[in-house]
Amino acid sequence: MITQFLSQMPVLLVVLPLLAAPVCVIVHRAAPSWFIYALTSWACFAIAFLLFVQVRIGGPISYVLGGWPPPFGIELRLDALNMLVVLLVTGIAAIASIYARASIAAEIPRERAYLFYAALLLCLCGLLGISITGDAFNLFVFLEISSLSSYSLIAMGAKRRALLSAFQYLIMGTIGGTFLLIGIGFLYMMTGSLNMADIADRLPAVSDTRTVEAGLAFIVIGLSLKFALFPLHIWLPNAYTYAPSAVSAFIAATATKVAVYALIRFLFTVFGAAYAFGQLPLGEVLMVLAVVAMLSGSVAAIFQTDVKRLLAWSSVAQMGYIVLGLSMASATGLTAALAHIVNHGIIKGALFMVAGALFWRMRAISINDVAGLGRRMPLTAAAFVVAGLALIGVPATGGFISKWLLLEAVMEDAHYGLAAAILVSSLLSVIYIGRVVEALYFRDPADNDGKTAEAPVSMVAATWVLVGASVALGLYASPLVETAERAAAGLLGSGA
Amino acid sequence: MTALWLPLLVALPAVMSLVVAVSGRWPNLREGVSVATALALLAGIAGFIGDVTAGARPSFTLFEILPGASLTFTLEPIGLLFAMIASGLWSLTTVYAAGYMRGNAEHAQTRFFVCFALAISAAIGIAFAGNLMTLFIFYEMLTLSTYPLVTHHGDAESRDGGRVYLGILLTTSIGFFLPATVATWLLTGSITFTDGGLMAGSGLGALGAGLLYALFLYGTGKAALMPFHRWLPAAMVAPTPVSALLHAVAVVKAGVFIVLKLTVYVFGVDFLAETGASQPMMWIATITVLGASLIAMTKDNLKARLAYSTVSQLSYIVLGATMASSLGILGGSMHIAMHAFAKITLFFCAGAIYTATHRKNVSDLDGLGYAMPITFSAFFIASLSLIGIPPMGGIWSKWYLMEGAADAGHIAIILVLSLSSLLNIVYLLEIPTRAFFHNPRPDTPRNWQEAPWACVIPLSITAAGCIVWFLYPLPFTALLSPWAPQ
Amino acid sequence: MSLATIADAFFGLFNYWIVIVLMMIGFYIVISHDNLVKKLIGLNLFQTSVFIFYISMGKIAGSTAPILTEGDEAVYAHPLPHVLILTAIVVGVATMALGLALVVRIHEAYGSIEEDDVLAADFETQDSEAATERARQRSAEARQQAGARDDADDGHRAGGERAADGHGDERT
Repeated sequence: MITQFLSQMPVLLVVLPLLAAPVCVIVHRAAPSWFIYALTSWACFAIAFLLFVQVRIGGPISYVLGGWPPPFGIELRLDALNMLVVLLVTGIAAIASIYARASIAAEIPRERAYLFYAALLLCLCGLLGISITGDAFNLFVFLEISSLSSYSLIAMGAKRRALLSAFQYLIMGTIGGTFLLIGIGFLYMMTGSLNMADIADRLPAVSDTRTVEAGLAFIVIGLSLKFALFPLHIWLPNAYTYAPSAVSAFIAATATKVAVYALIRFLFTVFGAAYAFGQLPLGEVLMVLAVVAMLSGSVAAIFQTDVKRLLAWSSVAQMGYIVLGLSMASATGLTAALAHIVNHGIIKGALFMVAGALFWRMRAISINDVAGLGRRMPLTAAAFVVAGLALIGVPATGGFISKWLLLEAVMEDAHYGLAAAILVSSLLSVIYIGRVVEALYFRDPADNDGKTAEAPVSMVAATWVLVGASVALGLYASPLVETAERAAAGLLGSGA
Repeated sequence: MTALWLPLLVALPAVMSLVVAVSGRWPNLREGVSVATALALLAGIAGFIGDVTAGARPSFTLFEILPGASLTFTLEPIGLLFAMIASGLWSLTTVYAAGYMRGNAEHAQTRFFVCFALAISAAIGIAFAGNLMTLFIFYEMLTLSTYPLVTHHGDAESRDGGRVYLGILLTTSIGFFLPATVATWLLTGSITFTDGGLMAGSGLGALGAGLLYALFLYGTGKAALMPFHRWLPAAMVAPTPVSALLHAVAVVKAGVFIVLKLTVYVFGVDFLAETGASQPMMWIATITVLGASLIAMTKDNLKARLAYSTVSQLSYIVLGATMASSLGILGGSMHIAMHAFAKITLFFCAGAIYTATHRKNVSDLDGLGYAMPITFSAFFIASLSLIGIPPMGGIWSKWYLMEGAADAGHIAIILVLSLSSLLNIVYLLEIPTRAFFHNPRPDTPRNWQEAPWACVIPLSITAAGCIVWFLYPLPFTALLSPWAPQ
Repeated sequence: MSLATIADAFFGLFNYWIVIVLMMIGFYIVISHDNLVKKLIGLNLFQTSVFIFYISMGKIAGSTAPILTEGDEAVYAHPLPHVLILTAIVVGVATMALGLALVVRIHEAYGSIEEDDVLAADFETQDSEAATERARQRSAEARQQAGARDDADDGHRAGGERAADGHGDERT
């Protein structure tokens, strides 16, 4: 019984949220559906943790769906790389479940809350599916599941502008998804297989054809749209700004990260680093775009008055760091990218949670609205300070570790200009985080009721769990970095 | 004492800051806790003197942050000296701050004392740091924990000052120090402080080493080398005890201490002497010494004048490091102590004058010497020590610095040091002269007297310290024996 | 390159040409049209072209439907792409449904489904919001300045001691 359960764990990651979503719709009430969401996300987190340990000890796990052996059936493949992403996604989902209840009760009409949780579960299902599948077409399907549910989640935002943001995201997201579909089609034409490992085996024989090159281009552009690489980022600031707070926190922390993971998977596992970066100038292109994203995103963030929009622009910049790391296609660079996927996921999740808590109190989230809240909401404001420092990359926080690795990677390859760009972007983040912190602590509050009132305990606790995790990962980063190093070695090894 | 004490001593002030925070409602208890912690810390650090003087290097590794870079505390002579000064003067500053903050009815006193304790914890962490990673963590912690102190008043002006403070310190540390550390890691495969330095044998040429050295020195923004010295005068918006902490105890001393530590344990004195990689920075330090002295002469605001004096004096210590001779290291290390005692006295005096009279410009101090004899006598003693006139401790460090310069063949440096002493005389001795020999301004009330005892006693003790270290410099030369003349 | 090879490239690959033409038409509609429903139609066309791409890729000249019959030696079309595209069609339908639902709600909220109108309404709100925020920023700063002046007047509060002169000197 137990062993059977253990052997079925990989598929449970996807099946649990997929089944829980319709249950939410059936029960039709806010509180029970929240409970279902919380239960499912924590169960997924526990499963992810067990699998992580299993992969750590016993190496990659291959799970054959429905008993059809690959390359014919769909294979779920778990290795050091995607377990990192799965842990991040389930962890954020579990912590968001603590956070969401109070935040959603304040932002979404009670009678519609059950739909919200159902959509959130579907989104979780899609993200986990992307992370663990070993099948290219299956990846597209899960990508669309997560995207469709996140369009609807964003449309649930309180302002009417949320609707147009969601619509624009839908258009761009669908184009991105369709590009990915075309790319996978080209690969299938040339190799006759959809299993990623199988494609990787067959690809070298045909890799010189225009078709494969076009396939690579379509896949890279399609996924870049999903994770908002400059200049395909225009959907992101609006979407993150107008989504409900809990959704912003969840999606900012996970969705873009998973899309980057998918890109890494395609580039390194399917095409192989030697092909994508050696024969084609992909590395250079990504590098330039990453640097532009880092700088322009940070500069744009400085000029925002809306705190959530500011954080969204900062996300554009931070995605630049991740892409920069992977564009070097070196072991250190990939390690940095993977570490930053985790670190930035946690940090940005925490920051959006703080924004949500401030919104919960003030019902608005411009810098003028949150002015002077440092004394009224000491715990929430302090969480913003610590998470903001982590975003800047102050030592003893997770952000520092990824920045350290990234610097190591660029200086190893003697890209001193890139090192300068990273540092400049970090310093720009000092300015935009500093603006919010100054408003929180040095300005007088907009209203004059003078009461101290924290956000609900559950919201504050969830925020601090993420903040604590970020500090813990900054002080004791060895496990994370070692896992990332192993994953990077695995990616480069299979690509060679 | 076992090395396990090292992390405990670093953690002590941080933990006690929580107690301070909780006991905020009872000011006497709060300050009592602060002073007791400071004394316990001093005693704990003093317990290591015997071992370290005998040549031991106690080291304790807590855990690995990254593969190859751990959170490690290692005690070596210069670090011990810095830790002793920081914790010893912290206790005096706490007493003084209690008097000052209450005398001026400052707001948010609990936050003030909490941040104070955190800053000391960071300073001790810097003193004990066993590698560059640990050093960097505590360096930034020091910057961040002193930011609320600098912006204590919370108005537009202190916000501007805080912006400059944080802006320059974060920019230099993230912009220069971090890449320099990563470069060291890539060049030598290690970031652990090692006797004799890491760079020897790394194949780094004079130009590369010079660039890296410059990155490190400018990265240590707290050392206030020109042109990254602006944060120091900007931080003058803070209450006076904070200025004392910044200038004498923790912040700037941490900066120059790091410069010494980098010179000795990362680059290695011999390596620098061989390649001459530190010479460009040496000339920048001389420019800072003279330039800051000249600016100080133009300042009428007492604290601003003292701030520029600090900028100038810090570069003495940087000079000691950059001249790459062991006597220079000895002189520089000793100057950390001597300048600390003298400068903290001067700031205590400035604060005492302000508390008693609410005057803060040099030109307003005419004739106040008879109302506040102890304060101005202490000011006079500390000024003499800074100038380097016997019988004050300052003469020793200046002596060794000059000897080191002669040793390294830099006659020009000796001239610069002498010239700077003359400038010191001009801008420092003007103040006691005005106080004692000029007639009081007509609007000066007759009933002005000394500041509260909590302000006067600490400044008397530190002034006495200046004299004691002249008569009894043995502890320093014994502790710093690796660099002392045989 | 002879005329024959060009003709062959054109007519021999005619299915791909159709796909490309359809795709570009769809893409053009998405970009150029203001009406949100038309945008969705364009998007659907764009997706459909990819469906056709998959379907035609599985077709082999002269092949028949892949149904096993006794002793049959016929050439079959590849069934897998066709099955895959069923899934993709479902995704497309879901996207379309969600998009239309959004358009309905946009119409309720804005009273229009022309992107220009909606954006104009948004920009209007945005501009007025930005103006309010700027005004609030200014007034907050003014308050702060006034507070600072009060402090400075109150000479016996230590708040007055912030070495203003140190700053003043710096600038001169």
